[in-house]
Amino acid sequence: MTTAQKPPVIVVLQLTGGNDYFNTVVPFDDPNYYDSRPTLQISQDKTLKIDDKLGFHPAMGPMKEIYDSGDMAVIHGIGYANSPRSHFRSMDIWHTCEPDTVGTEGWLGRSLRDIDPQGENPVTGVNVGQALPRAMVVPGVSVASVADLSTYGLLTGIEQADQRTKMLERFANMYGPAVGTGQVMDYLGQTGIDALYGADILKMAPERYSSNVEYGSTRIAKALRDISMIHQADLGTRVFYTQYGSFDTHAAQAATHASLWNDVSTAVSDFWDDLKENNADQNVVMFLFSEFGRRVRDNGSGTDHGAAGVAFAIGQNVKGGMYSEYPDTRPEALEQGDLVPNLDYRGVYSTILEDHMGLDPVPIVNGQFEQPKFIGDTN
Amino acid sequence: MANKEDLALMAHLMRRAGFGATRTELEERVERGYEETVEELINYEAFPPVDKSLLYRYHPIMELPGGASTPGQANWLFHMINTKRPLNEKMCLFWHHVFATGNSKVDNCNHLVEQIEMFRDHGMGNYRDLLLHLARNPAMIFWLDNNENHKHAPNENWGRELLELFSLGVGNYTEKDVFECSRAFTGWTIGAKVPRFPYGRFNWTFEYRPEDHDFTEKTFLGRTGNFNGEDIINIILDTEACHKFISRHLYNFFVADEPQVPAWNIEEPRDPEAIRVLMDSFVGSNFEMKPVLHTLFNSDFFKEAIYQKVKSPVEVVVGTLRLTKDLSGPDPRIELTGKQPGYMGQDILDPPSVEGWYTGKEWINSGSLVKRVNFVADRIGNLELPGVQDIVNRISSTDTVMTTGALVDRCLDEMGPLTVSDLTRKELVAQAESGGPVSVSEDNNGVFTQRVAEMLSLIAATREYQFG
Repeated sequence: MTTAQKPPVIVVLQLTGGNDYFNTVVPFDDPNYYDSRPTLQISQDKTLKIDDKLGFHPAMGPMKEIYDSGDMAVIHGIGYANSPRSHFRSMDIWHTCEPDTVGTEGWLGRSLRDIDPQGENPVTGVNVGQALPRAMVVPGVSVASVADLSTYGLLTGIEQADQRTKMLERFANMYGPAVGTGQVMDYLGQTGIDALYGADILKMAPERYSSNVEYGSTRIAKALRDISMIHQADLGTRVFYTQYGSFDTHAAQAATHASLWNDVSTAVSDFWDDLKENNADQNVVMFLFSEFGRRVRDNGSGTDHGAAGVAFAIGQNVKGGMYSEYPDTRPEALEQGDLVPNLDYRGVYSTILEDHMGLDPVPIVNGQFEQPKFIGDTN
Repeated sequence: MANKEDLALMAHLMRRAGFGATRTELEERVERGYEETVEELINYEAFPPVDKSLLYRYHPIMELPGGASTPGQANWLFHMINTKRPLNEKMCLFWHHVFATGNSKVDNCNHLVEQIEMFRDHGMGNYRDLLLHLARNPAMIFWLDNNENHKHAPNENWGRELLELFSLGVGNYTEKDVFECSRAFTGWTIGAKVPRFPYGRFNWTFEYRPEDHDFTEKTFLGRTGNFNGEDIINIILDTEACHKFISRHLYNFFVADEPQVPAWNIEEPRDPEAIRVLMDSFVGSNFEMKPVLHTLFNSDFFKEAIYQKVKSPVEVVVGTLRLTKDLSGPDPRIELTGKQPGYMGQDILDPPSVEGWYTGKEWINSGSLVKRVNFVADRIGNLELPGVQDIVNRISSTDTVMTTGALVDRCLDEMGPLTVSDLTRKELVAQAESGGPVSVSEDNNGVFTQRVAEMLSLIAATREYQFG
């Protein structure tokens, strides 16, 4: 459990499409790296050196600074056995903690159910983006999904305020529990009510916000700024989610991957500066992951779907440094040409849930897994 | 006048096989008969295509949108709103769901517009031909990197998705099959790329390069031979998994919501008998799409599935525009309207990934519900739109005095006909009652029309209206 006074908050940033581990944390001292990356190698002098073996992608400067300040954990070799190498399926596995069957409950949705069992606050979980991620979906758990915080609300076209209030009351009644109308109708009912009350609450966030940090104009910068506004408004939100991509760099990877990391690391760094400036950072941990790493050997201009990847955790409550090990890169150690994961992602979730959020991780991630100890008081 | 059951069934057919219809069109079609309407929808060639020259005269950018997806989306939206061939256009959307291709990567919307045009030309023809056209489609080749799939450096992206997402489904092939399939498509590429600057986006054409094709032996789905791409497609078509996969997609898109696609090799169809009927028709016609659609729309399982599907965002947007007779010609507002499905979670020509969209109740979350409700309510309550005026006129022409309950029922009838729960109806009636007794004749000051507009907006906000 965090030592901060405010309740712990997690911000998940999904790097959609499969981020290339090999070129995110580059093993510049490893001949296998250069052998398998004839086209896409990043030379030793360009990487942002972490130690005498590894360096960050050159576009990750702002995140390297966070790492150097001791607030970022690099979690190596994350994944699970028998990666299906399909985006859809892999993302499902990460979201539901069910590698062998198709799960219907998301791990963050379950966490929200534990945090707010009666569903008293419709903004305990907030997704900033167009579509709700499966990770947050559990029947009966309400999550607000906000594409644009500045224009959020129902029946906003009804101009007369008293008329709109009256119609929103009818709306609330119509979306109340209906007997025996089926699962989808029930789901719709709950969603409608949550949308209604969530909008009322979220309206307050931009009004309460002020900051000297100027974010960039990228989608991820805008999303993290919305998250910062909601977090700083103290509305009781404990789980935030957003995503950025596409990291699915089968071709023309060199330019695309650099621009994606430039967008992400700049936005992440601005987000933390904003939180720190407003003294709102102590209770937050940010977690960055992707559904899989990419194939070790490049295909001449990009990389195909792989297995093991890298994840990052950031926050004042994070013990900076490196966790787990870089997977064995020797050709004979690869599986189907891919790095073999050596750390189960569910163990990393467990660390965050237990050591930061103060929740029992076992029923959320469906079991007990090795937990890298990257959370704890570092002061 | 048409009886209510016939009208409800016709409205169902037109929602599913098209994008809905106005009351006048529904009544005309009921007059001609259900089966005759199915024939007209399927044999669409008898009706004129959308007048593209008119669209491009006013919106030249929609013909060649370049890197921007918005004009391309608006181009397709214009087709969906104005087509006299609704099923033909709906099948384009069906194939876009299955063969999801996105401008986020293609970055050349000219070729996405071209891909949809290819669906328009071949989407109701033979599935075998369609797969071949797809394998040779420049946008698809670039989207799934087959231009990077070389004899000495195979790229598995197209090979894998062809099997996983376009024809067989997960669990019906091995990793080896993916590799062998990819090898069979080496050398299927697009013509030499001219640098984008300073000349603008280059035009892609399909090219087969024998010198980059792997002519060695391959073993695919248990058969061995010196296969090329066309052989792979033929072998795929011989498998029951393929017949089932396409039939289930048709059922999920046209009849009733199934579990999400990745669960299909684990969860059985909700109506296995219906899938069997569709499979038999598909195989019996040697993979022609028209006969299987004929079977589907005339089946009892289709006719009984009224309001068994959550409307997709495209259905919400286009259905509303057709009902209100908005944007029925060139109009500067059409470009921004083309983005609306995206705000509700369905960015056409830019799906989140090659897996397309999660459908059914996954369309709904508190964010997208807000967008859906607001979009429809804003338009159906706008008395300046011709379709809304038609609705108001029809309602006001029936009686001069009506009960508040009758007002609600007349509005529900015009919006579907839509059936709602007692709970919903109670609130709608309460809304009607809050305005006092209904008098049509006092309309000089617009009180009656305003009350109808308000009622239509509130109906658009109901749970029931989210189904189609």
